[in-house]
Amino acid sequence: MAEPVRKVTLSRRAFLKSSAGVTALAAAAAGLGLRRSAIAGDTVWQIDPDKCVQCGRCATSCVLAPSAVKCVHAYDVCGYCNRCGGFHTPTAKVTDTAAENQLCPTSAIRRTFVEDPYYRYDIVEALCIGCGMCVKGCGSFGNGSLFLQIRHDRCVNCNQCTIARDCPAQAITRVPASRPYRLRGVQGRSRDAQV
Amino acid sequence: MRRSDSIGAGLGLWLRSVTVAALLALAAVGVQAAPPPARFPQPEFESGYVQPLTSVPLPRSLALEYADVGVLTAALALASWLALRRRSRGGLVALTLFTVGYFGFFRRGCVCPVGAIQDVVTVLADPAQAIPWTVAAFFLLPLVFAALFGRVFCAAVCPLGALQELVLWKPVRVPSWLSAPLKMMPVIYLGLAVLLAATGADYLICRTDPFIGFYRLGGPRPMLLAGGLLLVLGLFVGRPYCRFLCPYGVLLGWVSRFAFRHATITPDGCVNCRLCEPACPYDCVRVPESEPPPEPRGKTRRRLVRALAMIPFLTLAGAGIGGALQVPLSRSHAEVRLAEQVALEASGQPTACTVESEAFRTSGRPLADLAASAGRIRRAFGIGSVLLGGFIGLLLGVRLAGLVLPSRRACHDMDRAECVSCARCFASCSVEQAKRTALARPVEPPESPGGTHVG
Repeated sequence: MAEPVRKVTLSRRAFLKSSAGVTALAAAAAGLGLRRSAIAGDTVWQIDPDKCVQCGRCATSCVLAPSAVKCVHAYDVCGYCNRCGGFHTPTAKVTDTAAENQLCPTSAIRRTFVEDPYYRYDIVEALCIGCGMCVKGCGSFGNGSLFLQIRHDRCVNCNQCTIARDCPAQAITRVPASRPYRLRGVQGRSRDAQV
Repeated sequence: MRRSDSIGAGLGLWLRSVTVAALLALAAVGVQAAPPPARFPQPEFESGYVQPLTSVPLPRSLALEYADVGVLTAALALASWLALRRRSRGGLVALTLFTVGYFGFFRRGCVCPVGAIQDVVTVLADPAQAIPWTVAAFFLLPLVFAALFGRVFCAAVCPLGALQELVLWKPVRVPSWLSAPLKMMPVIYLGLAVLLAATGADYLICRTDPFIGFYRLGGPRPMLLAGGLLLVLGLFVGRPYCRFLCPYGVLLGWVSRFAFRHATITPDGCVNCRLCEPACPYDCVRVPESEPPPEPRGKTRRRLVRALAMIPFLTLAGAGIGGALQVPLSRSHAEVRLAEQVALEASGQPTACTVESEAFRTSGRPLADLAASAGRIRRAFGIGSVLLGGFIGLLLGVRLAGLVLPSRRACHDMDRAECVSCARCFASCSVEQAKRTALARPVEPPESPGGTHVG
């Protein structure tokens, strides 16, 4: 069956209607286009470890559960201490791995012997909830080699990061996607070379 | 002569390199100022221990973000073709399922065009901000398609609409005395979201998005509860979020009203059989005036003039109400709240410090800086809330005037601002049915009595 050819007759009303739509769209596009600086490359959210105050909201404010924020360890800043401010509670009498002596609520820090008297501390990301308790301990008693970062294998890159909104220190900002981390130590200093 | 020249040149070079080195050192000091001092120096390992590197998983690649824009464009084009050319409800349902899977569960509902309103507003309001062009494309593409083919984005591409489209079970009609005021809610929602985004206070739409918690498989309890309630309501009321809340729907409606080509209920000419009237679960079928209005023409005109005269009053009243609400509205901005808290603590009244005020004090930021920034934000809210109130009043007035305006409709058609092109009404149209039957039995002669009716 042949499709009847539709006669296109443009009444004044129809013309005005369609031109109004086109004009509105052109205006919207022009509004964005005029400010060419408004369109940028891709950005992602990241924590500035130097601004972070370890309030603990990273663990609770993220849209993901558990949070996309995890603790990371800059090994070359670490002192490899036997008694670690990030690992042990301040009141711990013995420097061992007993649960009651650990600061981390989920036991997400693994302590391994390197050589006398040094120990290596690793973050088990599957357990870390990003509460920042170890970060506070390490910053208060140690070198500050533990710090919070948004992990980009988890982050969904929301329009507005809900942690950034709740952060009391405005430590979370958008950074270029080509340099997605703010690390300490050697890796942080050679950010361009790293990725 | 030559020698002293070369000495001078050598000295200059040396001075220059020293200066450069000093500058570099200064720059390095400036960069390295913040990290805490190393209380415990790195040990010198004797066992040949090699330090591991911190793992840095990369964000999703830019190519995939661009691919998402491609998928959105393709889905919009497919929805337009299914709604306008194929007139296929089944095809649209299949596309809806794809949307739930891809834009919903796979992409976790973000970035969506609904929330992208706020990104665009942020960028237009604050010259220091910038958005990725993928977000700009997500905002503009559904509007472009709405200008061409109506709200095909709502039909099957929006992950929020898709969920509600799929749960609709037994639609009931919302009486117009209830739906007309409820339809003002999206305007208020949009206005508030624009105000909060323009002042940098919050992304209201994302924060109160009811369904994104399902796509992320978890979220704050109020969000999941609201989403669940809306879906239960959506069993009986078609698309409650889209019709009575969605702020992007307001923009799409404005554009779609003037769509270049919009889907029509009937494929050819309407015979006013009225079969399509109950077909739309979203109450978008508009029926022609069956008889001329009984009242004289002058009376309608007078009523219209009265309604038009009301618009400025409603706008002014809205602006007044908005202006009166500027102080509570401005408290949605964290900076204003912080300034008030710091002022309260400084006033000597017994009050507990908040995490924010403590962080402010440890940051060493001058108080004058905070006060100035809070003042700027308060002024922005002063202007913004008046504009917001005026905008809501203006739209209310325009809608009231639209109610008075006599309809010139000659045949059954959908309300182009509200229709989401879901394709439900097509199958009910008697002209369409006749066409489909004719297509289903092309060989049989038309006078044959025993023709099988398919479709």
